[in-house]
Amino acid sequence: MQPDNVIEMLHITKRFPGIIANDDITLQLRRGEVHALLGENGAGKSTLMSVLFGLYQPEEGKILKNGQEVKIHNPNDATALGIGMVHQHFKLIDVFTVLDNIILGAETTKLGFLQKKEARAKVEALSEKYGLKVDLDAHVEDITVGMQQRVEILKMLYRDNEILIFDEPTAVLTPQEIEDLLETMRAFAAEGKSILFISHKLNEIMSVADRVTVLRKGKYVGTVDTKDTDKQSLSNMMVGRPVQLEVVKDEAKPQQPVLQVRDLKVPSAVHKRDAVNGVSFDVRAGEIVCIAGIDGNGQSELVYGLTGLEKSSGGTVTLCGEDISHATIRQRGKNMSHIPEDRHKHGLILDFTLEQNMVLQRFQEPQFAHNGFIDTAAVREYSDRLIEDYDVRSGQGSVTVARSMSGGNQQKAIIARELDRDKPLILAVQPTRGLDVGAIEHIHNQLIAERDKGHAILLISLELDEVMSLSDRILVIYEGEIVGELDPKKTDVQELGLYMAGAKRQSGKEAGKA
Amino acid sequence: MKEKLARFYAKDGTKTVLSSVLSIIIGMVVGSIIILLVGISNKSLGFNSVGEGIQLVFGGLFSTGRNAAGSLTFGFNSTNFGNMLFRATPLILTGLSVAIAYKTGLFNIGAPGQYLMGTAATLFVALKIPTTSSTLYENGGVPASLVWLLAFLAGMLAGALWGAIPGLVKAYLNINEVLACIMCNWIAANLVTWIFEGSSLCNTIESGKTGYIYKTSYNGVVTAKLGLDKIFSGSQVNGGILVAIILAILVYILMDKTTMGYQLKACGSNRHSARYAGIADKRNIVLSMALAGALAGAGASLYYLAGNTEFFWSTYQSLPDAGFNGIPVALLASCNPIGVIFTGCFMSMLDICGLQLTNLTAYNEYITDVIIAVIVYLSAFALLIRMLLTSKKSIGHEENANADNSGNAAADKTTGGNPEKDKNTASAVNAKGGEAL
Repeated sequence: MQPDNVIEMLHITKRFPGIIANDDITLQLRRGEVHALLGENGAGKSTLMSVLFGLYQPEEGKILKNGQEVKIHNPNDATALGIGMVHQHFKLIDVFTVLDNIILGAETTKLGFLQKKEARAKVEALSEKYGLKVDLDAHVEDITVGMQQRVEILKMLYRDNEILIFDEPTAVLTPQEIEDLLETMRAFAAEGKSILFISHKLNEIMSVADRVTVLRKGKYVGTVDTKDTDKQSLSNMMVGRPVQLEVVKDEAKPQQPVLQVRDLKVPSAVHKRDAVNGVSFDVRAGEIVCIAGIDGNGQSELVYGLTGLEKSSGGTVTLCGEDISHATIRQRGKNMSHIPEDRHKHGLILDFTLEQNMVLQRFQEPQFAHNGFIDTAAVREYSDRLIEDYDVRSGQGSVTVARSMSGGNQQKAIIARELDRDKPLILAVQPTRGLDVGAIEHIHNQLIAERDKGHAILLISLELDEVMSLSDRILVIYEGEIVGELDPKKTDVQELGLYMAGAKRQSGKEAGKA
Repeated sequence: MKEKLARFYAKDGTKTVLSSVLSIIIGMVVGSIIILLVGISNKSLGFNSVGEGIQLVFGGLFSTGRNAAGSLTFGFNSTNFGNMLFRATPLILTGLSVAIAYKTGLFNIGAPGQYLMGTAATLFVALKIPTTSSTLYENGGVPASLVWLLAFLAGMLAGALWGAIPGLVKAYLNINEVLACIMCNWIAANLVTWIFEGSSLCNTIESGKTGYIYKTSYNGVVTAKLGLDKIFSGSQVNGGILVAIILAILVYILMDKTTMGYQLKACGSNRHSARYAGIADKRNIVLSMALAGALAGAGASLYYLAGNTEFFWSTYQSLPDAGFNGIPVALLASCNPIGVIFTGCFMSMLDICGLQLTNLTAYNEYITDVIIAVIVYLSAFALLIRMLLTSKKSIGHEENANADNSGNAAADKTTGGNPEKDKNTASAVNAKGGEAL
């Protein structure tokens, strides 16, 4: 029997000046399946989905719905065909309530008046049916990212969409929320909805998808059943070369302590208690120390306290033998590189060009400025070198506006800038968040190389795999306190999980200090 | 050739200029329509006057009056040109004031207040220090050129201090600079009235002039003409326009070439990353507003140091137009300091056109005020027009080469599954507008 294809995108080609974003790509989505679309950053996944959603018109190829050719000129056409999409960056109005957001654009009205009661009943029924818990009367700006995503999903369901596109939905979620989301996706598929799931997280794809279509640099690589494949071969397909998923590194040879933190307290921006409550630890030259923990246990505040973005409310921080507890951000930057958690908020000035971003901390150094004037030639030369050395890809090289670069390359640019500053301490906060396996491998190897050069590295990560594979020592943070120090070679994910959940703790004294 | 044109069109700069020109053309067209409506509804005007009115709105700068036969004549008019440059001087500087703040992420609606404080300080210094060529003081001993310089610096300093106040309030108390600026405007308006009321600087020599402060020429302080009066004979132009142009170039160099400009723009574009990089964000906000204030103050100084202008001191009920007009001057130039020179001249040209209209036809100059108002209104839309230019013709050119990302960029323009696309565009524009204010 012919498989029941609900959507077929046949030989789609979409060109942009200087680049073929989609080159003869065919994608067939069956009824009731979860179909993953896998590819590196910039492989053309989002472009393909934008074509399906009517945001772009392809130069070649056609789209079939239930075997009939359809033309999708804009998102309204897509909605009319039952295609819904959850974008990577949510499209919600912050000051509206959840209910208003869901019905916006598909309001039921009687004589021009909103019929919110009916709408509420329908949304409540949907939310009940799929276990998508939302507070309909809360304002979007007040709810968590996970709940915002459930609102986006409810928006699609409210419009009775049959084909649901999820564009990298898990990038912003906590592990528990990811599990719930995958469960929801399975439930949708079970009742006949078809799901396109864009991701580069192999674990999730293996766990939820029926089939995977792989794209690489705008070209179609192939479609495989997940039951016939494994993570290694998928990542090889995606990157086009064998990728090592396991981190290979030598034994650490720690030397003198570079960073010494004693009883550090950092206030919270949200509540009255200190978010970091008396933390003490050392990081030595030549080792990678990882702070592991569930999101929101004081990791961000710890970083703010160390970098000076937030004033500490107690304790001392010593960097390279110098007390920096009350130093300015710039003074601390003399001995510290910082790969920030939020690359858009802190890491880059999106409206600046790449080269301007490359000298964000260094523009005043004699190398780049003479008598208060910026030496643009020197900046250009430096930026070109970083782009070359760290393989940062962008449309126009040094003069590319940072905003127009893909997330992975933005992150690469930040890492290039921070590692090239060559400081004794490297503070890496979720350095591989949202990146594909190829880029993750690259960044991990770079961090290990820095370690072996004798730099001290403090890594803060939410990804357990990363914690286990990269670190030489693990410090577990729970409710603003270090509750345990573990050796990654002697522990496992289960034990780590117990510490992270607060179910287990070592006595405070021995944890942290080397 | 076609491709060249397309590439030229795709350039950001081209679009910026095009959107400003479009705003101006629409403004002029609306003005012409008003002239037409007024003309045909008014018995004393008629179609002939309509034609003349429209000619003057577009070409008033080149008007040389009427010939013996009674029809309008056009040609190079040195008086008009000179006066245009003279009137453009303060506008260029208040335009720069708004532009420099805007580039650093701040909306300086406080230019009128800074302009007033600059005026007061300038007049005080220019009139209180007796010069060798004074007609107010018997035994003046200070050279007039030195007093001119001191008065100019005083005006800038006063403007800078007045601008720094909203900056401080914004940086340290996180109070919106727009609110603080508006407050400061009215404080300045009342303060200036209070300073001058009954002061010895009120003009008591000429009868009926007690509402005005002495012209600085009474104390011998007059901006040098630098030969410009020879080129533009019969006009009020002086060296001030050259000072304004030099300042515009300096602002351009400051913002584009120096580390200070880099810091200011960094704070304006993303305060968080600037802080992350160790840039003192608070200091830069204050600095930016102080610079903006200094420029507005300089505009006032140059205007009143001309020697032929007099200041009406009872300001408590009104704020100077020159301050507010800095906003459209800056927006029309997309806050490009060099562009501000031209848009400043354009705005003052409209003034001249208005005068010609009043002098040569039965229309009054308020027509040009309406045109200015429409252009001001549309200058706020320059951004929207630019967006339309971008999305209509060159989506593929503008959206960068990175395929994955351009997908996201375009996706950002609409909302998922929301059929009301227009609504979204509108709300996006509203959001932009809200940010600007």
